[in-house]
Amino acid sequence: MLRYLLQRGASSLFALLIITVIVFSLSQLSGSPVDALLPDDATQEQIDIFIREWGLDQPLWKQYLTFLGNAVQGDFGVSLKWPGESAMGFVLDRMPATLRLGGLAILITLIIALPLGIAAAVYKGSAIDRIAQGFALLGQSMPNFWLGIVLIWIFSVWLGWLPTSGIGSFAHLILPAIAIAWFQISALARLTRSAMLEVLDAEYIKLARVKGVSEWAVVFKHALRNAAVVPLTYFGILAASILTGSVVIESVYSYPGMGWVAIEAIRGRDFPVVQAVIIAYAVIYMLSNLLVDLLYVIVNPRIKHG
Amino acid sequence: MAEVQISAQRPRRSLWQRSRDFPILPLAVLLIVFIIPAFFAHWIALHDPYVPNLRARLQPPIFFGGTWEYPLGTDRLGRDIYSRIVHGAWYVLAVSFIGILVGVVVGTTLGLIAGYVRGWFDGFVMRLVDISLALPAMLLALALAAAMGASFLSVVIVVGFALWAYFARQVRAEVLLLRNADFVARSRVAGSSHFRILFRHILPNVTNTIVVLATLQVGIAIMLDASLSFLGIGIPRPTPTWGLLVSDGRDFIATDWWIAFFPGLAIMLTVLSVNMIGDWLRDTLDPRLRQV
Repeated sequence: MLRYLLQRGASSLFALLIITVIVFSLSQLSGSPVDALLPDDATQEQIDIFIREWGLDQPLWKQYLTFLGNAVQGDFGVSLKWPGESAMGFVLDRMPATLRLGGLAILITLIIALPLGIAAAVYKGSAIDRIAQGFALLGQSMPNFWLGIVLIWIFSVWLGWLPTSGIGSFAHLILPAIAIAWFQISALARLTRSAMLEVLDAEYIKLARVKGVSEWAVVFKHALRNAAVVPLTYFGILAASILTGSVVIESVYSYPGMGWVAIEAIRGRDFPVVQAVIIAYAVIYMLSNLLVDLLYVIVNPRIKHG
Repeated sequence: MAEVQISAQRPRRSLWQRSRDFPILPLAVLLIVFIIPAFFAHWIALHDPYVPNLRARLQPPIFFGGTWEYPLGTDRLGRDIYSRIVHGAWYVLAVSFIGILVGVVVGTTLGLIAGYVRGWFDGFVMRLVDISLALPAMLLALALAAAMGASFLSVVIVVGFALWAYFARQVRAEVLLLRNADFVARSRVAGSSHFRILFRHILPNVTNTIVVLATLQVGIAIMLDASLSFLGIGIPRPTPTWGLLVSDGRDFIATDWWIAFFPGLAIMLTVLSVNMIGDWLRDTLDPRLRQV
């Protein structure tokens, strides 16, 4: 079990390393920092000093190692768009807002998708099953940014129940969290349904029924535990989609989290902040994947004892 | 070694029998909303999608007080929403088609070779697949947009990057089964080169899979393209891509809802019908892909 986790951890670290390589090589693509950071009328002497200070005269691999060394310490330089802020510090400031939003989105997804998927499987072919399937089809075809706007239209403009955008109270979180969760609900409900259907068909479930175990216990004690592995593996993907969703939805709702910072930084050509935000997203993503692996081990005894 | 059954006879109704379940309605919707506009925009558009007409600003759609002159209303510069959607279809189609093509070519080639030669190359490619699947495409999109600026090329790269690993993984898995098949060994004995075996004998056997997988990816590609345009890191203005049209209407949702509503509806109808056709194609050609 420990070996399995170490293996997963090592492969996550490796992926993270690849991301730093990508981010570094992209910073090379974006042109020389000399043009970006120095005024046009800089003298040759100033340029030489700048190049030496920044290590731009070093070979590329050495520049990358310096970049990596700084990155490990969270040092991506200072923001160009928000003066006086360190790039990573600025991103970290915004991180709690994004985590709150993402956390609520995950919660909403679980609360709706799991019961819906289970009910659809248990009452296969019934009205609730058809509703769940229709919802799954519709949910995966609806662009989340458009849904976000339609939600504003209905709940903020028309009904006046919730604020249109911004940050502050819990009410500000509700619409964006629903907009992020929407797609996930349909995906997770569909997955839960098919996993449950497969398990409900298994021999040991039939045996439990023959033994006279109550239907409630069959579904929730016997079937659900075995079916849970499949939705759990989806959690890794869930983390990625919520991350992507947060970039888009924060922009819809002008919600000042990491995703909003990313888009603003790109618009302002603030490369240090873009680098910091990408690495921060990648770290969150890797950590949540490791968490999934850990849960997976707990739920699936075959790995625990293997 | 256990023998691998290639010709696994799965019970399959003939294509003719299957065609009765053909999703006619989704196909019709797809043609009307997406395909026909993409190829015949110049004939069916009512107005120029780029030229402002300040006298026709913010006209409501027909049935909401508007006229047939501007069936879906106009935006704040007086441009016809309907004509802009119709002209945008071509770019949506081009990005998703070329992006998927990039994914198919890269993924299939790597998957074919990895599954056939095995060894360190296989390990290397599968490592890349893992990393690529683990990296949210949005991160790459952000990085590319920051580094080289958003363009048609950067969107195509992002779409291709997001999809290639699925093709590589699936094709490799099938090649692993096929490489031990009788017909491969016989072809080898008959003196075929490895190159010929891979591309003349094995590739045709995985085309069904590729076609089905590609169809199922169209929706993902369109959605990705729309998200990027919405964020302003897709094909740059003034090209009326659908995501950009929605973003144009975002700030006017309280008063002029039609600006954002109809382009989003076009995205939804297109993705919905593509997905339904993809599901049908999968069930018909390659039901094993249900798990993918």
